[in-house]
Amino acid sequence: MATAKPRIKIPAKAAKGEVIQIKTLISHKMESGQRKDKEGKKIPRQIINKFVCTFKGKEVFSADWHGAISANPYMSFYTVATESGAYEFTWTDDDGSVYTKSAKITVN
Amino acid sequence: MNMNTTKHSTKLNRREILFSLGAGSVALVTLTMLPGLARADKAATDAEMKKILGGKTAQEGRITLDVPQIAENGNTVQLEVAVDSPMTEKDYVKAVHVFADGNPVPNVASFHFTPASGKAAAATRMRLAKTQNVIALAEMSDGSIYSTQAAVKVTIGGCGG
Repeated sequence: MATAKPRIKIPAKAAKGEVIQIKTLISHKMESGQRKDKEGKKIPRQIINKFVCTFKGKEVFSADWHGAISANPYMSFYTVATESGAYEFTWTDDDGSVYTKSAKITVN
Repeated sequence: MNMNTTKHSTKLNRREILFSLGAGSVALVTLTMLPGLARADKAATDAEMKKILGGKTAQEGRITLDVPQIAENGNTVQLEVAVDSPMTEKDYVKAVHVFADGNPVPNVASFHFTPASGKAAAATRMRLAKTQNVIALAEMSDGSIYSTQAAVKVTIGGCGG
């Protein structure tokens, strides 16, 4: 399987206490399990079913995804910038693969 | 007994019937694209929603669901939810669950927030197989549940094919 390529967009700097937006995108076909191939057989579901964002080991935001999430899933959400550090992002695939990425922020 | 208690909401008015007649050819194509697939209906969606509600009744308000009224391409429909909440340790939104009552599987996504979220809002993109209602349930930290829904007209279904 082609490896999923994650992309993150967060502000490089933020003031302490500021609510920032985090935008994420990952390349993935998100096979819904509803489609059929040429022979009429169901194509098995293969999606990313879990997305988690943590900061210093603490969960900030997470999402459970079902077959109805579009290919190359996009997810945006917010968090309070408290201190400088790195946000860790993980995507868990139906096949057990885990894709990760991190993004740094400077808080002053 | 109050007469209102027997009222059922069959969400199909004259305009929608006319619309579906007009879009009959599109509907036929969509149906032949998905032969023999079980479709979620109101009952399946209600069953999934009951798992969240657990006997509680959802209240109106506080939650905003931003979806297009008309989606030209059911493969990618912008979905945005926001809940009015202070997002403090004592009072925050635990989760928002999104359902689509006309998709083969009614569940779309669940978003889990924490006080560190700062703002209970999230956006993603979803697939809608046909014209249907999108429903969002917000679970608050105090156990109360708020809900809202919006109808989306889908021109081309996003269900493979």
